[in-house]
Amino acid sequence: MSVLLETKEVSKSYGSYQVLRDISIVISEGEFISVVGPNGAGKTTLVNVLTGLAPPSSGSVLFKGSDVSYFGPVQLAKMGMARAFQLVHVFPELTVGETIAVAALSKSERNWNLWRSARSFNDVEDRVKDVARIFGLQRKLHTIAGQLSQGEKKLLDVASAFALKPDVILLDEPTSGVSTADKHGIMRTLIAAAREAGIGALIQVEHDMDLVSEYSDRVVAIFGGKILADKPPNEFFADPHLIETVVGKAPGSQTCW
Amino acid sequence: MKIFAVLLLGLAAFAVAPVAVDRYYVTLLIPFFAYAIALLGLNLLFGYGGLLSFGHSLFLALGAYVAALVTGTWGIRYFEIVILLAVGTSAIVAVPLGAICVRRSKIFFGMLTLAFGMLFHSFLFKFYALTGGDEGMPVRRPALFGQTFTSLDQVQFITGPFYYYCLVLTLAAGFLMWKLVNSPFGLHLKAARDNEQKAEYVGVATRKVRLVAFIVSAVYCSIGGAILGVNTGLADPEIAYWTQSGNLVFMTVLGGFGNFLGPPIGAFAFILLQDYLASNIQYWRFVLGALLAVFVVVLPQGISGLATRLLQTKSRTHNKMQEAEI
Repeated sequence: MSVLLETKEVSKSYGSYQVLRDISIVISEGEFISVVGPNGAGKTTLVNVLTGLAPPSSGSVLFKGSDVSYFGPVQLAKMGMARAFQLVHVFPELTVGETIAVAALSKSERNWNLWRSARSFNDVEDRVKDVARIFGLQRKLHTIAGQLSQGEKKLLDVASAFALKPDVILLDEPTSGVSTADKHGIMRTLIAAAREAGIGALIQVEHDMDLVSEYSDRVVAIFGGKILADKPPNEFFADPHLIETVVGKAPGSQTCW
Repeated sequence: MKIFAVLLLGLAAFAVAPVAVDRYYVTLLIPFFAYAIALLGLNLLFGYGGLLSFGHSLFLALGAYVAALVTGTWGIRYFEIVILLAVGTSAIVAVPLGAICVRRSKIFFGMLTLAFGMLFHSFLFKFYALTGGDEGMPVRRPALFGQTFTSLDQVQFITGPFYYYCLVLTLAAGFLMWKLVNSPFGLHLKAARDNEQKAEYVGVATRKVRLVAFIVSAVYCSIGGAILGVNTGLADPEIAYWTQSGNLVFMTVLGGFGNFLGPPIGAFAFILLQDYLASNIQYWRFVLGALLAVFVVVLPQGISGLATRLLQTKSRTHNKMQEAEI
């Protein structure tokens, strides 16, 4: 398994407040990783550093062997990294088809075509229909994104990231704001989509421990900006002290925190 | 199909206007063509890019002063050369200005453009030796495709060959803009307007896309400005004043910026409205201002938005009637 994404002693500070301390993770091809931790632990900051939204204060981020510590989102998208946010991000005035086409056109490097109609490229249209089908949005291709339900917007947000055909996709709480009943459905769709799209690695920040235990190969626990554990889910959930520290409850337990 | 029929009808009306309409109204259509071209460009930035400029009169003025420089100072009386130089100059000026302005969005973008517009107005006003100061610079009548039309007086020239020249220029500018807004670039510009951060994460270089839109809008405004210069025979600093930029925004809102044809429709309505009000009402500016307020409150999508809504209601009623008959 070749290494796709790697952080080397990454730290991130905002003024005197240090959010991340010496984070070193290696993510290889084929891995589905969950990043867990209590609120304020630094999970989203880690994703921000990995995806070029915030450069690290020290240390480096390597993507496919290149140092991308100071690359922005556009360059990273070109290299094959995609991201979906915790809060739903869609283009409210574009249709579902157009939203997916924005990413598909970037992927096919047609950003600067000023002459042909955006929807006249057969390969782009095939990709749009394909991605919409995987995410169950094929009947909504002509619907304005702003008029979709919250769950559909979430799916569209992730679908447009998938349309980039990325090597690595980072999902910040992909099931937040979705009913408990729908969470497993969304996760199954995501995993199936990632497999079908041939995505190298999937990294998700997740609070729901049932989803973490069921859908990850590795669990990276962060606490106070440091890595507390980096283990397969069976080992992680076998350590009650660790779970208590990080999230406060084991999967399936009734304990509330 | 309905749209095509309306467009063809409109085109036919413009084609016969010089022979069918009073010459006074034909002279009003030259500024319409000028503003229609300028607003097609401005709306690429505003309607499609979400960036409202309060300083694009700078580029109108640039076009008019290039026309004055080429036809007056240099004595090169070819309108094609005027257009080419206006396009080149505005693009060169727009690159650094745009690069600074598109770093910001919303009100900050608007304020930056306003500031540059005012700077240029001051330059035109104060550098008397170069620009003629408050007197401006004369724009001489240019040849069109090498034809001088010496037998025609100024009004005959304006309402005859120059009218048709501007009509064709407006159609060409409209066609090119239509291609642009429907291209991958146009889609990426809309994505950057709707959600900048999301757009970047799906590979849209938002700042570059906006810069290109800024340059194109500047070029379109300069062509409009060159036409205005020839029409009045003068390039004066008032064309660069911020109220002129305000007029551009007024026309865009009046016509509706959510629609491709909205801004040109707004220009048409504005010119006729201003002419009517100015010749009939002493406090016409007051009425114009009140009308803008009413439009923003009652019809935020402008005349084109109202027309689209009426057409949709009509076709819905028609469909319902057909269903009822079945």
